[in-house]
Amino acid sequence: MFDDRSPIYQQIADKIKDDIVRGLLQEDEQVMSTNQFAAFYRINPATAAKGFHLLTEEGILYKKRGIGMFVSGEARQSLIQNRRERFFEEVVDQMLAEADKIGVPISEIIGRIEKANRRNEA
Amino acid sequence: MTLGIEVKSLQLNYGSFRAIKDVSFTLAGGKIYGLLGRNGSGKTSLLSILASFREQTSGVVAIGGEAPFENAKIMEQVCFIQESGYMQDSTSVADVLRLSESCWPNWDREYAARLIQLYELPLKKRLSALSRGMKSALGVTVGLASRAPVTIFDEAYLGMDAPSRYAFYEELLQDYMETPRTFILSTHLIEEIGTLFEEVLILDQGHLIMHEETDALRSRGATITGPDEVVDRLTEGLTVLGEQQLGRTKSVTVFGELTKEQRKLALAEGIELGPVSLQDLFVHLTKRRGDGQ
Repeated sequence: MFDDRSPIYQQIADKIKDDIVRGLLQEDEQVMSTNQFAAFYRINPATAAKGFHLLTEEGILYKKRGIGMFVSGEARQSLIQNRRERFFEEVVDQMLAEADKIGVPISEIIGRIEKANRRNEA
Repeated sequence: MTLGIEVKSLQLNYGSFRAIKDVSFTLAGGKIYGLLGRNGSGKTSLLSILASFREQTSGVVAIGGEAPFENAKIMEQVCFIQESGYMQDSTSVADVLRLSESCWPNWDREYAARLIQLYELPLKKRLSALSRGMKSALGVTVGLASRAPVTIFDEAYLGMDAPSRYAFYEELLQDYMETPRTFILSTHLIEEIGTLFEEVLILDQGHLIMHEETDALRSRGATITGPDEVVDRLTEGLTVLGEQQLGRTKSVTVFGELTKEQRKLALAEGIELGPVSLQDLFVHLTKRRGDGQ
């Protein structure tokens, strides 16, 4: 369910994006209608529509007149690209800041990563 | 069919007490509106005027372009449901339904029957024999089945238990999507029902202090938490709604969107930025001296 804190249309857009990245929604697959969305999450349909609008503006979804909304062909690729860029900023940089705060040397972090990597390869 | 509502410079006095003070707003209609306010803020007074139950002291109210008071044409387009109800205790549930059917030309008998079944309401019982929850459920049934272009619920569902309330929210939403009309709901249960509102109006001591799209309002508050001197620097010039201090950590709730630069600075300084819920915003916006912290 959505939290009551950030704009709900934003949360809807994020959820659909996540479904696309995880492959739950495929290219050219139809997305639930705004009314179905509204009923399922118990939100105002105008709010759901706003989330959809945001995604069409970003080129993630496209509209077929009279039928509904569909996932764009390049949606997954561009979302993954976008997430990769954010990954270093939001995950790696934050981790390094935390490590610095508590005095974990970078060599120890690299050691840990290499160990995990070896485990994955084995 | 949807009707727009126009309110201009509205005042309502009870003797020397002014319950509504210079309130103006326009509702385009066809949306779900939330009316929030503390006890005694004037919610019921305002809604009573919209519903032709009361005449304003001064100012203009127009529903579909017409003044509602003692206007039969408008009255049958507006359904006002209050928690207390306004029918005599000796009236039976079946009589309430019959009376309602004669009041509202859009009345949907089948829908009413379905809701009566959903809430397991006994048709033969008198109002005096109903529990608070049942009375609320009956009110909700009448409001929904009225299919009135303007349907107003004034805390009408407070008496219901949580499962019944959630069933009501679902019904309301479903019905709104099938037959769009104007709903106005006043409530204290902001966290429960806030996601249904397209727009929110906040009354405080008779003044309309806020009328905004719900999502826009949600994005306008932020909490800024961190070392006090940094927080003070960051919140300079912002509208501060509330402050809390714990040792050297300060948490400030501000109203208004932060700029990109402010967000960057906050991130660089290790300041925690958090969103504010609709309920918290409401609490901060209507807080008064003497409420304590």
